[in-house]
Amino acid sequence: MASYTVAHGKAKCFYDHYERKADLQHQTHYCPGCGHGIVHKLIAGTIDALGIQDRTVLISPVGCSVFAYYYLDVGNIQVAHGRAPAVATAVKRSRPESIVISYQGDGDLAAIGTAEIVHAANRGENFTVIFINNAIYGMTGGQMAPTTLLGQKSTTTPFGRNVWNEGYPLKVCELLASLTGPVYIERVALGDNKQIMRAQRAVRRAIEIQTQGLGFSLVEILSPCPTIWKMNPVEAQHWVKEEMTKTFPLGVFRDRTKEAERRPAPAHAPPLAEIPRILGIANGASRRAAAAAPLNDAEPRDLRIKVAGFGGQGVLLLGQVLAEAGLDAGLEVSWLPSYGPEMRSGTSNCHVRLSARPIDSPLVSRPNVLLALNEPSLRKFLPTVEPGGWVFYNGTALAEDCHREDVQILVRPFTKMADELGETRAGNIVMLGALLESTGVLSEQHVNGALRRLVKSERWLEINRLALAAGREAARKGNGHEK
Amino acid sequence: MAKQLIKGNEAIVKGAILAGCRAFYGYPITPASEIAEAAAFYFPQAGGVFLQAESEVAAINMVYGAAAAGVRVMTGSSGPGISLMQEGISYLAGAELPCVVADIMRGGPGLGNIAPEQGDYHQVVKGGGHGNYRTLVLAPSSVQEMADLTHLAFELAEEYRNPVVVLADGYIGQMMEPVEFPAEAAAPHRLSWAVEGTAETRHNLITSILLEPDLLEAHVRALEAKYRRAEREAVRFESWRTEDAEIVLVGYGIVARVLKAVVEQARARGLAVGLLRPITLYPFPVAEVRRLCRRAAAFLVVEMSTGQLVEDVRLAVEGRRPVEFYSRTGGNVPSAEETLDFVQETADRHSQMAVPEGQLAYG
Ligand SMILES: Cc1ncc(C[n+]2csc(CCOP(=O)(O)OP(=O)(O)O)c2C)c(N)n1
Ligand code: SF4
Ligand SMILES: [Mg+2]
Repeated sequence: MASYTVAHGKAKCFYDHYERKADLQHQTHYCPGCGHGIVHKLIAGTIDALGIQDRTVLISPVGCSVFAYYYLDVGNIQVAHGRAPAVATAVKRSRPESIVISYQGDGDLAAIGTAEIVHAANRGENFTVIFINNAIYGMTGGQMAPTTLLGQKSTTTPFGRNVWNEGYPLKVCELLASLTGPVYIERVALGDNKQIMRAQRAVRRAIEIQTQGLGFSLVEILSPCPTIWKMNPVEAQHWVKEEMTKTFPLGVFRDRTKEAERRPAPAHAPPLAEIPRILGIANGASRRAAAAAPLNDAEPRDLRIKVAGFGGQGVLLLGQVLAEAGLDAGLEVSWLPSYGPEMRSGTSNCHVRLSARPIDSPLVSRPNVLLALNEPSLRKFLPTVEPGGWVFYNGTALAEDCHREDVQILVRPFTKMADELGETRAGNIVMLGALLESTGVLSEQHVNGALRRLVKSERWLEINRLALAAGREAARKGNGHEK
Repeated sequence: MAKQLIKGNEAIVKGAILAGCRAFYGYPITPASEIAEAAAFYFPQAGGVFLQAESEVAAINMVYGAAAAGVRVMTGSSGPGISLMQEGISYLAGAELPCVVADIMRGGPGLGNIAPEQGDYHQVVKGGGHGNYRTLVLAPSSVQEMADLTHLAFELAEEYRNPVVVLADGYIGQMMEPVEFPAEAAAPHRLSWAVEGTAETRHNLITSILLEPDLLEAHVRALEAKYRRAEREAVRFESWRTEDAEIVLVGYGIVARVLKAVVEQARARGLAVGLLRPITLYPFPVAEVRRLCRRAAAFLVVEMSTGQLVEDVRLAVEGRRPVEFYSRTGGNVPSAEETLDFVQETADRHSQMAVPEGQLAYG
């Protein structure tokens, strides 16, 4: 048996009896000579020395150390294979006073969990990773790990690890040291007592860095797995020292402790009473709807509006202005957009409903108002308009084959009119002016209120005011309804 | 009362913060991205944590971490992201950790498209990860419900110590409707079982591994008992104009909205049609389906998938009545007109089958 001089009796933060373990509660489940047991002692000793037992949260991985929580009398969270850094991130972010230790094997950290460790390190998360590199998958019975040495046999590299098939052993410290985020990265080994002493110092250093709030620290520990390696503990220790260190040189790969800034403390939570204001839903922020529906005609209306055009013509905004104004007017409203890439190129449309009654479907398949900002939209949706409905078309004339006798169609070059006002993109609002004038829906006051909420710049408000007036004027002029 | 016109996705975030949620971890995906965007804006201001994770795998495990630390936490995603989260959701259920996951469904399988679909029903409602667990699933069909059911989701998650999914489709996420929020925000509170990194919580353990078969069986049975309790106590549905309905339409999310219009139009034609809208997809409103069997001649399930919800309806009906099915997929939403045609057809086929009231023995 190897003689480990580090363990002077049991650390205080080990449980006296391992009650979470089903049997043999006085000994660990690790094999004789296993590195995990030694590293547990290094961690326990550090926790005792730093007086952080109550604050410590240990994240156990999937691997032989899955039951680390049998032994360490600290807050314990067992997690999915490879995801410890993600879990540790969230624990630390929500409980910044805690000391979080992510304990991971080489399969866990360097294979399945590669993304999580790289990104946690890169964010400079303020927790500590203890990384056990035993060059093998211990728990599952000896398959290849990303750290398995070239030529090393495992149950899935029966002829030895071959560069052409499995690539090179992954060097985690070197990899992570290429990032700016980490504060401290060291590789140590359990190859002899001297190395173990060094490992103890590294573990302590790494955890101390966390207590100082400096950021991400990781200690990789080359660690014996006598059982899978089919060696006795002494041979295994020797193999760590003589063989593993050739591929995985020991040393400090990153030490930014001097220049690292303390991670800023999270901002204080605002008083609860402030939350509605922060969310913009305090009574002042949202509106009280008008008492009655001030529609110009006696009939309670149910407007089913389809707005359609090219992306960039303000289709969605036009719909939103209508919905916002409708809400102000005390109506039930809904706004449903086409979304995604459609908005970027090609066509865009939205469905708007304004109703005196609760709205069943927000989808408008049979509109009674069609606002067609281009010809494809007119062609596509004109056939769906309900008889007696309104159609507003942004153009100069209707094509021969694009006509209906049973609906009212107003054709105006709305975009061109906006152009003349100095802002092509206001064509949608010119069309809105024509809609308001022709149909008498929605009062000026409600539309202006909506525009004020949706349009932030003064310049645009002024353009929109002119656009609305121009649209109204256009609707009044001439015979108006071109069939 | 004060109402605000906002998107479904934004309503989820505001509803969550009002419910005391103080951590959000997510990864962008259309049509759910506004959830992460609104969370990035509001969570830090509300004293919470927002982090854009490196993947949905990481995001759900961050959710696991925050939940283990006793914080109300959520994530939001869509089909492909939810697929990646399934392992984590299984761990959350196994470790009995509460959290809320919003799934704003898009078209699948594979990359599919970003238009609304309801193809995630199976993977969400049936517990898409490994092992014997369920997620409680709430299905909003309005923007108001996006806020309200998110709030309820946090309550249920904590009560049952289990993940709760808010399952909506792209349209419910993207559309705007007026929402009325509660005037006061719920206070975050402590959970005795959490691991906070404090003396009081030092002995707490969060884990899902139980090596001994007997111990794991006991755990699985305890989870099962919890789900049975949810089936008794947590069921929610809207039964609309079903009292005299001979044809009961069944649908959720945006489809249920279309079906309401269909009910109106069908009734205008003299057809006795009603709507059953499950609000909890798990637990499913089995008892209500059976009650409606007494009167209804047929059920007509409409969904934006090739047949997922319909299976639960058939299980509940247990052959008592015919269950018809109409669906659109790929991002197409069934229109009221086409659905009405199908209702008419169904009514014609089943008109002779209507059973006089009271004649049915089972229910
Ligand atoms: C998603 C998933 N894939 C695979 C496994 C099976 N598994 C358990 S432990 C392990 C490897 C552990 O190796 P390592 O991280 O090196 O830990 P060691 O046992 O060597 O300490 C694997 C592959 C799992 N639990 N989960
Ligand atoms: S298999 Fe290897 S790593 Fe696992 S306990 Fe045994 S010696 Fe340790
Ligand atoms: Mg290993």
